[in-house]
Amino acid sequence: MIGLVSSLLAQAEWTAPAIDWHAIAPELILVIGINVVLFIDLNIDETKKWMIATLTGFVMLAAFIPVVTLGLELDGVPRELFDGRYVIDEYALVLKALFLLVGYVVVLMSQNELEDGGYYQGEFYVLMLCSVLGMVMMTSARDLVSIFVALELLSIPAYMMAAWRKRSSVSNEAGVKYYLLGVFASAIMLFGMSYLYGTTSTTKLTEIGASLTDGDLLGLEVVGVVFVIVGFAFKVSAVPFHSWAPDTYEGAPTPVTAFLSVASKAAGFVALMTLIFVAFPDASDVYGPLLWVMAALTMTVGNVVALRQTNIVRMLAYSSVSQGGFILMPLAFAGDPDAGGSALNAVVVYLLVYAFMNLGAFAVVIAVTRKTNSGEISSFGGLFSYAPGMAVALTVFMASLAGIPPLGGWFAKFNAFKAVLDADTTSAYVLACIAAVNTVISAAYYFKVLRTVWVDDVPDGNTAPINPPSPIIAALAITVIGTIAIGVYPRLVAGFGNIQDLTGALPI
Amino acid sequence: MLAANFLLLAALLFCIGVFGVIARRNAVMVLMSIELVLSSVNLNLIAFALMNDDVDGQVFALFVIAIAAAEVGVGLAMVLLIYRNRQSISLDELSELKG
Repeated sequence: MIGLVSSLLAQAEWTAPAIDWHAIAPELILVIGINVVLFIDLNIDETKKWMIATLTGFVMLAAFIPVVTLGLELDGVPRELFDGRYVIDEYALVLKALFLLVGYVVVLMSQNELEDGGYYQGEFYVLMLCSVLGMVMMTSARDLVSIFVALELLSIPAYMMAAWRKRSSVSNEAGVKYYLLGVFASAIMLFGMSYLYGTTSTTKLTEIGASLTDGDLLGLEVVGVVFVIVGFAFKVSAVPFHSWAPDTYEGAPTPVTAFLSVASKAAGFVALMTLIFVAFPDASDVYGPLLWVMAALTMTVGNVVALRQTNIVRMLAYSSVSQGGFILMPLAFAGDPDAGGSALNAVVVYLLVYAFMNLGAFAVVIAVTRKTNSGEISSFGGLFSYAPGMAVALTVFMASLAGIPPLGGWFAKFNAFKAVLDADTTSAYVLACIAAVNTVISAAYYFKVLRTVWVDDVPDGNTAPINPPSPIIAALAITVIGTIAIGVYPRLVAGFGNIQDLTGALPI
Repeated sequence: MLAANFLLLAALLFCIGVFGVIARRNAVMVLMSIELVLSSVNLNLIAFALMNDDVDGQVFALFVIAIAAAEVGVGLAMVLLIYRNRQSISLDELSELKG
């Protein structure tokens, strides 16, 4: 047996690939952090479990350091590992930074929720770190296999986190619905990937991109592209594949909902962007109309249903569905030579802004429901009279989600419209009109919440002030500053998502 | 050609699996249907690896098998959780959340 192995090794002449350790340092730090957190959790007294949250926050921030040093060192030249299947470019670094920051803010938001609920803290943070690791890998993955592995690494812990309240049947229901639809979607996506592999005989995205050309697509290639996009449409909860989202968001613990609606959704968009710009650049005949229809449906259905919600978490769930439509909108024109560059830029900027404003809205909801114990919008009545700070923060986030200048959401929407209008075709103008109408509709339900907060009376007369714990105040500070800073000074983020970073420098 | 037969079989398995996910109301049966879809993916990948004379497809299939096992582990744990809380694994009864 040993003789067989050594003779095989002698024949293969295998040499270890050169590994750029600095380039994968963020991932390595997360992997080490996962093991350290798990180990400490095993050997720590139940009363000291709060330390795990702090440690997890430090791991996220530690992984942030190499992202910054890489950004300073990169200078426009992407660093490739494993034969160009794992690429660290500016596009990847910006999104890695986004995911680490979102992870940090979610740790801040979940700390007290987990302590008070007596949930399993150590396991929760280990799973969250695993999920963030999957997202960080997703930004660099340029191969069908690594996209699939990253997708599962970020999804499987998320299924468990959604069902985290073990004894609550609502949380179980949320987890099972998310799990079944998520696994089914990834199976469909895999089926599409198998056809892409079969027709192009490679799993590397750049090589797939070279073999798929418009007007010359085989039937199997069309099926492959459509199935892969449908698989990710589930992940980003695009209509008609959104049915899991509101139920899961409502049933899951609120910090997990924030994590799913921001980080997990952004990861789906990252994969979609990488695939569209690197693997399907010349298949726009197939994905263009598909994404056009999904974008129009997603924003319209999300908005119309959000109008009649009375539970604020469910309303935010539908609002995040409709925001997903706005993020999809520029991608429908990614294949247009005039609009491709601005489409990538618009999506990256929208993801950054959306992360701040949506996380912030959930942080306010967590802080207020700690006192009122109710998710109904009416229970937010008179918030301004007893918690003016919370009311102002909620106003900032809701106005930003509605797209009011000078907040971040305005700049994100402006960019998305600009990308669509750059395409300069009839279908682009029609989609822009649909989006404009939807912006107005969405303002209606965001302002309904604000009217409750500023005008209505306190429903139960309990005007004791809210004393939010300091981690939640920190999370609110980060998100408020982010939302306002991007809106007032858009050049902070406007340069991110340059198309040359993603596609220009890659050899085929 | 021999490989084309494998592709047809995989397409058939895929259709049966998708039908099962949509039509079945028992959580374990839905999980098994999803496994059918994943088997069809593996069959596809291996048949294509044979056709293309390339080992990537077989490596991909190994990844799919390993990750599918992890997924099913989580899925069965959740089904067990539901069964403990409500003594039933029918998906139709999962309807507390709606609107």
